[in-house]
Amino acid sequence: MWQFFHKLGSPKWFFGIAARLMPWLLAGGILLLMAGIVWGLAFAPKDYLQGNSYRIIFIHVPTAFLAQSVYVMMAVAAVVTLVWRMKLADVFVKSVAPVGLVLTFLSLFTGAVWGKPTWGTWWVWDARLTSMLILLFLYGGVIALDRAINDEKSAARAVSVLVLVGVVNIPIIQYSVEWWNTLHQPSTFKLTEKPSMPAEMWVPLLLSVLGLYLLFGWLACLRMQTEILLREQRTRWVKDYVLVGRG
Amino acid sequence: MHPIRKKRLTIVLFLLVGLGIAVGLTTYALRQNINLFYDPTQISAGEAPVDVRIRAGGMVEEGSVLRDPDSLMVEFKVTDFNASVPVQYTGILPDLFAEGQGVVAMGRLDQNGRFVADQVLAKHDENYMPPEVADALEKASKGQHKASGSAETVSY
Repeated sequence: MWQFFHKLGSPKWFFGIAARLMPWLLAGGILLLMAGIVWGLAFAPKDYLQGNSYRIIFIHVPTAFLAQSVYVMMAVAAVVTLVWRMKLADVFVKSVAPVGLVLTFLSLFTGAVWGKPTWGTWWVWDARLTSMLILLFLYGGVIALDRAINDEKSAARAVSVLVLVGVVNIPIIQYSVEWWNTLHQPSTFKLTEKPSMPAEMWVPLLLSVLGLYLLFGWLACLRMQTEILLREQRTRWVKDYVLVGRG
Repeated sequence: MHPIRKKRLTIVLFLLVGLGIAVGLTTYALRQNINLFYDPTQISAGEAPVDVRIRAGGMVEEGSVLRDPDSLMVEFKVTDFNASVPVQYTGILPDLFAEGQGVVAMGRLDQNGRFVADQVLAKHDENYMPPEVADALEKASKGQHKASGSAETVSY
């Protein structure tokens, strides 16, 4: 087990593993996401109250879900960076922060588009929407802080502390709809209960969430590979890889 | 575990716990400001300030919506099944506005306890269902009401 942990710290080893995983992640992600979205947008029954406008849930929920779990993953990586000084953990944080930013933006945007026809407003300063906006700024802050510090090691530590400070926002987003009065409805997926909608609605939703997870995995691997090549450009194996091609 | 790593891990844990407590206390202290709206119970208990722009939220009471035939003025009652507050609004209501549905209204409470709204937003819940299921549920609940002899008025 510890050997695996140490191997994980080796950028070269990860580079190879990522290359082998990526086709599967990409294929699985596209397949599941397409299935979920096509099923959700075209075949799932419409809602009794909102009609067809609720269908944006098949994009809104996966992006919002991922936006939060990407941050949690970044927080775990930040602890690893701070305690074990593992290079790959820092590479992960740096590579996925922009992805998280885009996902958060998409969830806010689709939420606003959904809010206009259903609630009657694009935006309202309730606890859920505001805490999600803070998450967007946190992602932005992580990216900016990383760019602002030139030294790789100090950047990694500063970014890790910022990511950890921001992680308190995640339970606030999650439970905002239960702790306070909000305009936003309670969570669609809960860990402990069955979703309060029929299977022909939640199954496509679950498929698109899983699909987006796999697609995120692919994107994370791709971006991490690029970052590894950049950071290790002076090492032998990278020179071999670039000059000779694969192998 | 290496002593240095152990020390670092302890620092990280302290950071997280300390931050959690700080943010927890802050949000607890600000809970009244974080709540988007006052519910009817709070308003009828006099917790909501009079003539200050606030939001009120709750369910639109069944059978309480009165539309003025000559203008866009609407009057309805917002309830949380415990207390209810009369609301007056002039303007176009969102599509989802209906009796028995949740709303959040923005406006001022006047001296007589009437809420004069300048914006009404519709609130929906996470119970999505196909129209056929909703129809069937409604039929089933109507059948029950007939059987038990209109229990509807009792629940308000």
